[in-house]
Amino acid sequence: MAMQTDAQRAFAEAGNPVPIGMLCELTHRCPLQCPYCSNPIELERKNEELDTSVWTRVLHEAAELGVLQVHLSGGEPAARRDLEQIVAACYDAGLYSNLITAGVNISRERLAALVDAGLDHVQLSFQGATEATTALVSHMPSAHSRKLAFAHEVAQFGLPLTLNAVIHRANIEQIDDFIELAITLGARRIEIAHAQYYGWALANRAALMPSREQTMRAVDKVERAREKYHGRLVIDSVVPDYHARYPKACMQGWGRQTLNVTPAGKVLPCHAAETIPGLEFWNVAEHSLVDIWKKSPAFTAYRGTSWMPERCHGCDRREIDWGGCRCQALALTGDAAETDPVCVHSPWHDEVKQIAEEESVHLIDMEQQAFRYRRPGG
Amino acid sequence: MSDQTPSRVPALSRGVRMREDKARGGWVLLAPERVFKLDDIGRAVLEYTDGVRSEAEIIDLLAARYSADRAQIASDVAQFFDGLSQRRVLEFH
Repeated sequence: MAMQTDAQRAFAEAGNPVPIGMLCELTHRCPLQCPYCSNPIELERKNEELDTSVWTRVLHEAAELGVLQVHLSGGEPAARRDLEQIVAACYDAGLYSNLITAGVNISRERLAALVDAGLDHVQLSFQGATEATTALVSHMPSAHSRKLAFAHEVAQFGLPLTLNAVIHRANIEQIDDFIELAITLGARRIEIAHAQYYGWALANRAALMPSREQTMRAVDKVERAREKYHGRLVIDSVVPDYHARYPKACMQGWGRQTLNVTPAGKVLPCHAAETIPGLEFWNVAEHSLVDIWKKSPAFTAYRGTSWMPERCHGCDRREIDWGGCRCQALALTGDAAETDPVCVHSPWHDEVKQIAEEESVHLIDMEQQAFRYRRPGG
Repeated sequence: MSDQTPSRVPALSRGVRMREDKARGGWVLLAPERVFKLDDIGRAVLEYTDGVRSEAEIIDLLAARYSADRAQIASDVAQFFDGLSQRRVLEFH
């Protein structure tokens, strides 16, 4: 019941996994300041960022390793001047490229260049379904209108579009509006992603957590919209975790399907893994991606099953949810090797339910000071 | 399926493509934030799906290739295309 240190054993237990997807955080720079940002509280600086040639090498190594899809994210990936070259490197390596963007700083000319470079798909975030909510959450007054304009351009180029909405108390009543927005903008797909509470979102949890009733209503709205738009809009939903009975199979199991490269080249099993103390991450500047995937201490730590506490190791769901989320276990129990406390079998389960209920009934107004906005230096 | 179904012309949507998955073996369909693993039949169907051939022509080609019952193939192919269409990765022209 601790970190695994035997890389070979962990790799075998996880079924000699081959990664499918790689999330590339090209930069932590971003024009938005969303209070649930998935970047770490300690943001990496521009002068630490990997250069074009290293990213190109990493992308080719990823394809060699078996990665099929690359998610170009940030921060805002378009804050990098060489984004076109990075997209072209994906294309050269045969990788499917997905641009995850806020859509507030990409001109039509730039989008044309990205399309020419071989971009496959755009995922555009909306912080609210209305101008006011988007402005409140992103802390950028003009964000909504910029996003709308960008979405129209994506449609004009014929690129497939996914909308992404991170859901929390300030926008949870807009589920139907987000879905209508996706239809209006010609998106093929929408992600309704309830906020996951670590990093910035944990710092803002009291201002973000919706009530159980709100959450249930939101889940119900998604179900109805799925029926209504069946065959027209694919609706993927990340379920609100604190109110659940079993934990999510975070990353489909630690070190089983995906890897995440930070702007400075550290390779993480998930984007929040840096919140866990004592993990040793390897950097692409010093190791090949295949070595990092198979042997690095951070990937080994919670890979497979023998690191698990007996409660998980002896459970039938051992290889269904793989113990849940390590970052959440740490955030809520103080021990990253604990059962994810969302699980009904965790001794912390009732406490988590209580947190969810108590924090959601705090009176918040929609004033900006309710959020601690993401910015460098925390 | 209606009588006109075989005259529809299926095409993979923009941003969707088939490729070999050497690391895991077999072929896959890559789509927005989705990877569909294809079996041999699925791969064969999509090899003939070029945005020009009608569904009926694709069924003819498959029936010849596998020397199989045309009605059975027609039903499998329709189901396959409908499934991909509902997932927004294939369109009919």
